[in-house]
Amino acid sequence: MTKREAAILAGLIVVLAAVFLLSLALGSTAVPLGRVMMALAGRSPERDAATIIVETIRLPRSLTAILAGASLGVAGLQMQTLFRNPLADPFALGVTSGASLGVALVVLGSGYGPAAVGDALGVRGDALVIAAAIAGAAAVLGLVLMVSVRIQNPTTVLILGLMFGYAVSAVVTVLVGASQPERLPQWVQWGLGSFSGVTWQRLRLFGPVSLAGVLIAASTTKQLNALLLGENYARSMGVAVKGVRVLTMLGASILGAVVTAFCGPISFLGIAVPHLCRGLLGTSDHRVLVPAVVMMGGVLALLAQIVSLSPGSAGVLPLNAVTSLMGAPVVAVVLLRSRRGALAG
Amino acid sequence: MTAGVAASNAALRTCDLAVGYSARRGRRAVLEHVNLSVRAGELVCLLGPNGIGKSTLLRTLARMQPRLWGTVELGGADLNSITHAELARRLGVVLTERVIVEALAVRRIVELGRYPYSGWFGRITDRDRRVVDWAIDAVGARHLADRDFSRLSDGERQRAMIARALAQEPLLLLLDEPTAFLDVPSRVELMGLLRQLTRDQRLAVVVSTHDLELALRTADVVWLVMPGGELMTGAPEDVVLAGGIGQAFEGRQIRFHAEERSFRLLTGSGGDAVVRGSGLRAALAAAVLEREGYAVVPSADTPTLCVHARESGWQAVFRDVESDGEDFASLAAFLRGRRGVS
Repeated sequence: MTKREAAILAGLIVVLAAVFLLSLALGSTAVPLGRVMMALAGRSPERDAATIIVETIRLPRSLTAILAGASLGVAGLQMQTLFRNPLADPFALGVTSGASLGVALVVLGSGYGPAAVGDALGVRGDALVIAAAIAGAAAVLGLVLMVSVRIQNPTTVLILGLMFGYAVSAVVTVLVGASQPERLPQWVQWGLGSFSGVTWQRLRLFGPVSLAGVLIAASTTKQLNALLLGENYARSMGVAVKGVRVLTMLGASILGAVVTAFCGPISFLGIAVPHLCRGLLGTSDHRVLVPAVVMMGGVLALLAQIVSLSPGSAGVLPLNAVTSLMGAPVVAVVLLRSRRGALAG
Repeated sequence: MTAGVAASNAALRTCDLAVGYSARRGRRAVLEHVNLSVRAGELVCLLGPNGIGKSTLLRTLARMQPRLWGTVELGGADLNSITHAELARRLGVVLTERVIVEALAVRRIVELGRYPYSGWFGRITDRDRRVVDWAIDAVGARHLADRDFSRLSDGERQRAMIARALAQEPLLLLLDEPTAFLDVPSRVELMGLLRQLTRDQRLAVVVSTHDLELALRTADVVWLVMPGGELMTGAPEDVVLAGGIGQAFEGRQIRFHAEERSFRLLTGSGGDAVVRGSGLRAALAAAVLEREGYAVVPSADTPTLCVHARESGWQAVFRDVESDGEDFASLAAFLRGRRGVS
């Protein structure tokens, strides 16, 4: 790691802390930063409304945003490296669609509201939604994996992942069409995306699962770096390519599924965050990129969260609309700049 | 040199190797009964027509695809018995495929070659750094070390990829058509670099290439895959003398000139021609005549064509027509004008 890279990482930590505090202060009622700090330190002079808002609503929401942004960014980074395709991320692979199918089966089938809706059925319901999401993601991923073992061309695998995603989305649409109308609002609400539904209790599940996914990526940076040169070169340098591929896809699908289950299908963060980090740091070295992506993902998710609440008392903007508006230009720039064959697979 | 010494020096040795593909209905051998060996400090060029199995052979030697039968020994150990990491410590590979990687310094790429030596997290030690510096110097890329790989020319990229392979500290370097995307000066430079590595580092190098004339000038040993699938091996000159190159590559339109170790296009028989004069101008005049379909002979009683090459230009006699001019374009135009006459 060069001095410049270290300085940028340190800068990202500062920015993340600042945006985190800001996200705690802003909202339907503004809380002064001093009060936010006191609440964080547990030294509030009195348990007034502001302290309670920060402690029980905003703190878990902001932590969720950081975890979700970091998870999606890391999953996107893993997929982009594995498939050597700048537009790969859990959505492209059909992981999110698979997770959505799991969530749809639970939500539309049982009427249980997913986390994003703020339902309070408790841990068992959450676990059910997560399990369904991971099962759905893993099922789609299993198909993609089976194909990818036979077909070496990463671009073909990516396109097949897209096709699986469309097919699964079609099944979800059929489910939606056939479900009882009174359950649909919950589904629509979930589809808009939100960090607000994750309570402290849910964080106890969401936190460890997403951290485990991030740890998989953080512990395979050497392997991912070698994969930058392509699987043939990686193998010639001693990488056990099959194992790394399975581990990386597993990690990315856990990350994609857990975020989808708790926060809805959040679009574009997975693609945009790794590109912003590469541009900022000027390197594709995963030893630097993984920590950078974790922090940049947190920053972007918090910013999206702040923007989505900006109408103030007039309501909220759908989170998914905000992330799309932030992420789409990044993807457009990547496409326009990749004329030198970066998309050639 | 005795056989015993040769055996102890062998970086690579195959015995009755067969390479090819296993399909559901059985195995299809592309090359069979392959008995080859490469010694340290030897530059081997693998030659042969397209689609004859050169890549298949190299991929098999690099364990990128399974062999059908026979044995391959790398540094005295059976290729199939060593671990991924051990293989990477004995064998460096450079492939045809273009490496597309954005935003990575050349030094980082070369450091990847330390993969089989570093632990799970890939921490680079002082010794690793010294090897990386050595590898970068060995390919003459010190001025490129901090440049972004994606901004290099194709020739510079191949240099970086070779440095990365060297950082693996291998016994043997296998290169599959490394010059495919390069312009002519870069090709010559790259082959020169490979030759230098065999001399300075006692590395064994096997490189497949379509650049026949360059290979015949540079290689210590040629492995020539003949159209029937058998291998002819030996010093380039021995293979030329045995007529192997001609057998492997000559076609209806192409002849191999062994003396000049180069190919000529057969453009028809305009008859015998004599070139008078000496030096570069005479040689270039002969080249024009050959291109226009004449057989240039040292002397003839009644040549169809006689050309004098002089400092001031050329003078030609075609049967009883005479002409002269200054440059070779006008000579070629005159010859083309005589085509219909003959």
